[in-house]
Amino acid sequence: MSYTVAPMRKAFGAFMTVLATGCALLLALPLFSILWTVISRGMSGLSLAVFTELPPPPLMQGGGFGNAILGSLTVLAIAALISVPFGIMAAIFVSEFARGTKFANFVRFGINVLSGVPSIIMGLFAYAVVVLTTGTFSALAGGVALAILMIPIVERTAEEGLKSVPMETRQGAIGVGATNFQTISQIVLPAALPSIATGVTLSLARAAGETAPLLITALFNNFYAQGILQPIATLPVLIYNFAGAPYKNQQDLAWVASLLIVTLILIVSIVARSFARRQHFG
Amino acid sequence: MTVSNTQPNPSSAATSEVVISTEKVNIFYGAFHAVRDVYMDIARNQVTAFIGPSGCGKSTLLRCFNRLNDLIPSARVDGRIMFEGTDLYNKQTDPVEVRRRIGMVFQKPNPFPKSIYDNIAFGARINGFKGNMDELVERSLKRAALWDEVKDKLKQSGLSLSGGQQQRLCIARAIAIQPEVILMDEPCSALDPISTLRVEDLMHELKQQFTIIIVTHNMQQASRVADMTAFFNAEAAEGGGRFGYLVEYDRTQNIFNAPQQKSTQDYVSGRFG
Ligand SMILES: Nc1ncnc2c1ncn2[C@@H]1O[C@H](COP(=O)(O)OP(=O)(O)O)[C@@H](O)[C@H]1O
Ligand SMILES: [Mg+2]
Repeated sequence: MSYTVAPMRKAFGAFMTVLATGCALLLALPLFSILWTVISRGMSGLSLAVFTELPPPPLMQGGGFGNAILGSLTVLAIAALISVPFGIMAAIFVSEFARGTKFANFVRFGINVLSGVPSIIMGLFAYAVVVLTTGTFSALAGGVALAILMIPIVERTAEEGLKSVPMETRQGAIGVGATNFQTISQIVLPAALPSIATGVTLSLARAAGETAPLLITALFNNFYAQGILQPIATLPVLIYNFAGAPYKNQQDLAWVASLLIVTLILIVSIVARSFARRQHFG
Repeated sequence: MTVSNTQPNPSSAATSEVVISTEKVNIFYGAFHAVRDVYMDIARNQVTAFIGPSGCGKSTLLRCFNRLNDLIPSARVDGRIMFEGTDLYNKQTDPVEVRRRIGMVFQKPNPFPKSIYDNIAFGARINGFKGNMDELVERSLKRAALWDEVKDKLKQSGLSLSGGQQQRLCIARAIAIQPEVILMDEPCSALDPISTLRVEDLMHELKQQFTIIIVTHNMQQASRVADMTAFFNAEAAEGGGRFGYLVEYDRTQNIFNAPQQKSTQDYVSGRFG
């Protein structure tokens, strides 16, 4: 009896290793090529004016998109204000009050379906519910559309975070005389906070780049919006408008805006990871 | 002193004062009859040990004493468990209040994912403690023989401690709310021998003030710490399945040296279980 590995098996092992490594590298390629393109095309146009000035009319030089930056932040803030409480409440319900019941499964199924719905449909929904009732395209409508997009992500990560808190920890709290509410609000929720924060930041990163739902809800505004019930400029819609425009200056600004969004999403993802890393039990 | 008696006669404790007494307690998980007809009296300021093979219902019975079985939807308790004259399973009895007076230390150390300080303070705070919190934290940690090891790092997470320290933190957490009874479900099963001895020493200290009921797999441990010992066993039921029951309940030295029941004799001499 010998312990040498059969040559065929050895060759196959080596081949699979190379294949897997190759696929992994291939996967990283688009990311780096996107980063490279965005940085090389957007970096040159980056200036202070970009952050402070308004979008330039065709054929004008310079300008910026301060209104779109502020608009994106406004719409995202509205979306977060709506989606975070809803998502967390739903997660608490599914994980703490209805765990294992048919109704919890039904809620989870609904959330899964929601996460598969194309974002343009969320835009249509917000259009029907907000734009048509208020009579105007607005930051609020955009926020509602993005919120619906974010809820499934927030709910799922929050639910995972809550479920990662061991049953024994809950029993410990119950065992020192905590009520169910005290256990959830003072022990379980704080322990799940890192993964909830991860979910919120990831959902923000996802929503920050959405364009389609904003086209039919927030629309665009060449100036700063006066309040949340007015059409508002956002970075993705600005990119959409300017990238297709036949003017070099507007195209360049679209690249700068792309660079800003990609940087923002990168930073947010890194922040999300750092939240995730702080988690540990026992 | 009462010499042991067999089921289903009530076993009475050696000392006069009874804290918890059970009458014909039967516990079910759904249709499964886990524990059958337990009659026993638990004596104040004594350590009572529950021993017996796995799956005979020791934990199940223990969890009934502070209504922790309420958390298991399928669990049902029949019979009466009296605690200082009140029926624990009376409709008027508030389970939260029961758990404030009957604390618990679990098998696996389960500190809260909070600072060492807050691990102790949490229970006191939710129970409306108005006194000096720093003092309470220090006193509780001292009584759990943990103070010297953690006094310089009270702000650190309770989860950063070693297993043995975590378990003593859980004991400190339990005594901080000033319960009358402390239930311990195999508190040393996840600990190394040195930590185990420390926790056992602690029990001798704590019984001055608390009544302790401890489930243990370790017969040496029972003989070292317990004044009273209850031996449980499991038997096959007619309809299939196994139910646990109390075989013998007596002073620890009698259980180990002069058991009345053959199965007790077999168990303590290590012939099964
Ligand atoms: N949550 C539960 N649901 C259903 N059956 C359970 C549950 N907990 C324990 N049991 C069953 O009850 C019996 C007694 O269990 P347990 O009290 O844990 O025994 P012990 O602590 O003596 O090892 C076992 O047969 C076990 O399978
Ligand atoms: Mg057990």
